[in-house]
Amino acid sequence: MAVSAPSPAYHPGLHRWSILLAFCTLLLVVAGGLVTSRDAGLSVPDWPLSYGKLMPPMEGGILYEHGHRMVATTVGLFTIVSLIWLVRVDHRKWLRIVGVVALLAVIAQGVLGGMTVLFLLPWWISTSHACLAQLFFSMTVAMALFTSNWWLRGPRQIDEDDRYPIRFLSLLAPVFVLTQLALGAAARHKAIGSIYHISWSPVVTGMILWVSLRILLHYSENKELRLASMMLLAITFCQVFLGIAAFMSRIAYADAVQPMPVMVTFTVLHVAVGALTMAASVALAILVRRNVPAAAPDFVAGRAPVVS
Amino acid sequence: MAALLLLVACGSKQPAPDTSASLPPAQVDPATAGTITGKVLFDGKAPPMPEIDMSSNPNCERQHKKPQKAEVVEVNSNKTLRNVFVWIKDGLPKARWTPPAQPATLDQRGCVYEPHVLGIMEGQQLEILNDDPVNHNVHAESQINPAWNESQAPRAEHKFKTFNSEEVLFPVTCSVHPWMRSYIGVSPHPFFAVTGDDGSFTLKGVPPGTYTVEAVHEKFGRKQGKLTLAPSGTATLDFTYGS
Repeated sequence: MAVSAPSPAYHPGLHRWSILLAFCTLLLVVAGGLVTSRDAGLSVPDWPLSYGKLMPPMEGGILYEHGHRMVATTVGLFTIVSLIWLVRVDHRKWLRIVGVVALLAVIAQGVLGGMTVLFLLPWWISTSHACLAQLFFSMTVAMALFTSNWWLRGPRQIDEDDRYPIRFLSLLAPVFVLTQLALGAAARHKAIGSIYHISWSPVVTGMILWVSLRILLHYSENKELRLASMMLLAITFCQVFLGIAAFMSRIAYADAVQPMPVMVTFTVLHVAVGALTMAASVALAILVRRNVPAAAPDFVAGRAPVVS
Repeated sequence: MAALLLLVACGSKQPAPDTSASLPPAQVDPATAGTITGKVLFDGKAPPMPEIDMSSNPNCERQHKKPQKAEVVEVNSNKTLRNVFVWIKDGLPKARWTPPAQPATLDQRGCVYEPHVLGIMEGQQLEILNDDPVNHNVHAESQINPAWNESQAPRAEHKFKTFNSEEVLFPVTCSVHPWMRSYIGVSPHPFFAVTGDDGSFTLKGVPPGTYTVEAVHEKFGRKQGKLTLAPSGTATLDFTYGS
């Protein structure tokens, strides 16, 4: 007789901690966006200390750069706590691996941040730093999802409609979003013109519309998929307008001698909502892969009943 | 991580080689040396310069009785343009010119750089002062010479730097105060000037010859002119920029 693995127990403390980690990571993305938008990336020339101290005078650009380092240190410590907590109470091996990967990612992110300061913001290090930030945020959101009671109650599976396949398509959305984030980061760090980021935006928006509308039209009986796709659509809608606003404000203040508050605000919001778009597309892909199982090749006629 | 560090090591810029060392020392006969002079004119309406918002650092703001304006385009009352770097770009014999013993000075005072545009010779020392009660970082954004970024505490010891390769112009910036920006032109010879409040320039002690003279402005870019300088003569060349 086969013995099935016991269902992992729900640990509300761990789940709340994971949500806090994801929230702090979003704040970290905002702090990083402020550093770049305020041209403050090199205001603290040394690393890992700041002006040779743990706490330099928080004036001018130092406020943004050192503030970013402080939030980053907090997120790093929170990630360590998450991993320890996972190892102690959660028996899912794959989730522990996710925790280890998250810790390695946040360490690599810190090193990239230090290197970009020491090497005077080479575009490829700064762009890698920006992209890894987005991936790490998605990882923390996924960890919050995996530790939720909602996740632990098990999937509500729905068959894949052969006419409207969704499993592979759902993976394309985060890939397209990550490409867009990389193009945006490369433009912000002056590696390429913003035309590439602008040109890719209708493509990535189209991809998100394609995935989300397919789910809403053909898989809407699954509440999780319906909500996740609606959330992705809503975030993308905001992101498109923020992108336009950020671009317009850059044109309006092209001759400014210092970063203008309107431009900074729209750009940082665009970066933060970009992170949310990435995380929402990753979460949707995870839910699709979980709730829409791959059809068994020799079991086409008989379909599992829909559980909503 | 090791691969990343290797990439960084490979990608980092090597110091520009000092190519002037193998050249013969420059010699100018004072009996035949002449002068190149001229003005940098501005045709059109002077664009209004925005006021700098120093509110992010009250210690900067307090040092000024009235708001400072950006120095990007400064048109003088005689319709000439200030802060234009003018130098002999081409025509001088290949030679090694001796840099002056006294350093060129870049001061940080009131959270602005003084001067806004600075000429310096290859190998000449640049002395950097911080007369402010605040921290600055000084970032030389040079492309040919090795770039650097260093902090300077309030009224700290002066910094001394040299640039060994010709490079006209590159910005020097402060990320603590993002409005702070100056420009440095590194010339291999002493025949350069920066226009002031009358928009004129004078290059003295130039050997006779035919030269390409170049004017470089941070916003309006480069303009060149050719002239021939007779022995002990004076040649005039004006440049005109427009909005």
